[in-house]
Amino acid sequence: MKTYLPSRFIIERDPSRCIQCKVCVNQCTFDVHYYDAEDDEVRSHEENCVGCHRCVIFCPTNALTVRRNPLDYRENYNWRPEVIEDIIKQSETGGVLLTGMGNDKGYPIYWDHLLLNASQVTNPSIDPLREPMELTTYLGQKPDRVEIEPSSLSLKTQLAPQVKLDTPIMFAAMSYGAVSINVHKSLARAAAGAGTLWNTGEGGLHPELYKYGNNTVAQVASGRFGVHPEYLDVARVIEIKIGQGAKPGIGGHLPGEKVSAEVSATRMIPEGTDALSPAPQHDIYSIEDLAQLVYALKEATNYTKPIAVKIAAVHNSAAIASGMVRAGADIIVLDGLRGGTGATPKIIRDNVGIPIELALASVDTRLRQEGIRNQASIVISGGIRNSGDVAKAIALGADAVYIGTAALVALGCTLCQQCHTGKCAWGICTSNPALTKRVNPDIGARRLTNLLRGWSLELKDILGGMGINAIESLRGNRLQLRGIGLTDTELEILGVKMAGS
Amino acid sequence: MKNNQVVKIDASGIFYRELNAKLREVVSDGVQKIELCNIYGQRYIGTDLDKPVEIEIFGTPGNDLGAFMDGPKITVHGNAQDGCGNTMNNGEIIVHGHAGDITGLSARGGKIFIRDNVGYRAGIHMKEYQDRKPVVVIGGTAQDFLGEYMAGGVLILLGLNLKKGECHKANFIGTGMHSGVIYMRGNVQDFQLGKEVGVAELDEKDGLVLKELVSEFASHFGYAAEEILKHKFAKLFPLHLRPYGRLYAY
Repeated sequence: MKTYLPSRFIIERDPSRCIQCKVCVNQCTFDVHYYDAEDDEVRSHEENCVGCHRCVIFCPTNALTVRRNPLDYRENYNWRPEVIEDIIKQSETGGVLLTGMGNDKGYPIYWDHLLLNASQVTNPSIDPLREPMELTTYLGQKPDRVEIEPSSLSLKTQLAPQVKLDTPIMFAAMSYGAVSINVHKSLARAAAGAGTLWNTGEGGLHPELYKYGNNTVAQVASGRFGVHPEYLDVARVIEIKIGQGAKPGIGGHLPGEKVSAEVSATRMIPEGTDALSPAPQHDIYSIEDLAQLVYALKEATNYTKPIAVKIAAVHNSAAIASGMVRAGADIIVLDGLRGGTGATPKIIRDNVGIPIELALASVDTRLRQEGIRNQASIVISGGIRNSGDVAKAIALGADAVYIGTAALVALGCTLCQQCHTGKCAWGICTSNPALTKRVNPDIGARRLTNLLRGWSLELKDILGGMGINAIESLRGNRLQLRGIGLTDTELEILGVKMAGS
Repeated sequence: MKNNQVVKIDASGIFYRELNAKLREVVSDGVQKIELCNIYGQRYIGTDLDKPVEIEIFGTPGNDLGAFMDGPKITVHGNAQDGCGNTMNNGEIIVHGHAGDITGLSARGGKIFIRDNVGYRAGIHMKEYQDRKPVVVIGGTAQDFLGEYMAGGVLILLGLNLKKGECHKANFIGTGMHSGVIYMRGNVQDFQLGKEVGVAELDEKDGLVLKELVSEFASHFGYAAEEILKHKFAKLFPLHLRPYGRLYAY
């Protein structure tokens, strides 16, 4: 069938710069560039271009420019080009549209409507360059009260297992299979170096990475891939995955072509078969059932590590979160509308769930009202772009954040949204052995460590400006936030005042 | 010395957490045989035990019996509840009675023998990898979605308690199945099978597997394997390795 899809990008090759070196031909995984031997010229199949910029960055003579195809449809606010092109794609395939990364639609980004405070005159700001500034965060259930043994001044209360983070920024769940082994290595090394955690996602843990177990969150999801006693033992935290922001209510299908020999060994399934994660966990149909799995995992690890439960942010998150805490979760993880993924039905990604800012505020408020906020830490994810977002999240009530997309961007991702194809030209979201080499774990870990260092320094600056010397004094401290351009209802849900008031 | 010793624990009035802590302690002492009496619904028995100990249970163990278990052999003189053998890695569970829903959910290894019936979604998402191959043998019949999403292993449904000419009750058998095999004795109508499974005659290799496992089942519960094997069996197999591969527009 002749496709009616127009090219999305135009590739301009400056003939005065191009030296026919074919770097672009070799770098492109979408079969865009090709060498015409007869004319001794490199040319392009523009229609295949996804705009990932791999060729542009690697062209040694800067000969390439990739631009949006300026093809203009007649103006129509309802029938926008994306809407038209989705229909064309489905009329040519009859399938569910797949995509990668997080929601890219123009829903309000509340971080951009929240402003942070700073001290002026009435309380001094602190200079983090010269004064101690504490970002240390402990995740896990906190006791209702602590008792001290008067004679020895030692702690009498027995604490639930706690995990110490040197900075409240962790790497979000991205499974081996969705991302490459070198991405896992980069994340694990960076997390270990920076004193934080990374997350295996639901695809198991490669034995080579067991040595980073102390910095690893091991996920237990509906497919139970790679979940075995050693996996549970080696991890620092175990996370039950109920849902994810990019596809609330949807299971996962890792396509058979991505299940390579190595991926099959880690997931513990035969090579080439689809790895199907059912939509629900079939042992969890209620809060009581969730409690059962939480305690099964506590039993399986002899109560030595916190159990986290992750849900997608949806309309009744606050009530669900209350149930999760009562089910024994030590950490609750909320993943918002803009959370990324390796593959999701586009219609789900673009239409299901709520922004993380609103979910976080309502969950934190609800748990406080019920007097159970201390019983679980709150970790959020889904669209955290910089340290400003981190500070705002903590002020709204989070204990820590997960970053997924931002971490991938640090490794080279340009958000071309082709993760589901397995052809990632940056070698990130692929299991093709030739492509995975494009991420060097030494360099990857350095880039990620740098990112964490930069954000942590900025967080200290933000705290210092507020006159606060420890991140825990910012947690849930919504007086440090003001809203701008928000309705009364939005301000009420976020629990913040209007800027100027 | 302790190796031959049988430790008896009276579990009446003991919460599962204490009971399992006690089990851990006894097993780390090197005890290899344990008898648990008066079990009334205590959960997770055998979960954190990674040694090939033998546990005899008298009573009704609670949900998630042997969840994540890695090695022990558990014999239940009574019924088991839901989630028996959940995500089990290795070991054996023998139930002299019924078992509840999701028996053997996501099991990756080990063997589960249920003398009578099981509830819904037994054997769901069992998976195999190399030499690890979970086995579930059910003496009676099962409820809907038997072997759903099955990704490996062997599931045997014997229907020993069906009356002559009576069909199994389960619908949607093997829905979403994409690996492994189900051997079934007793009739089912076509509409009871999931869209993703095909029906075939057993070949020689199937016969060997079936004989071995049915003999094991028979020896646990005092049946005659030859009698069971005399009847005709059907083999249910996945039609596709990738049942949902053609669902998407790339």
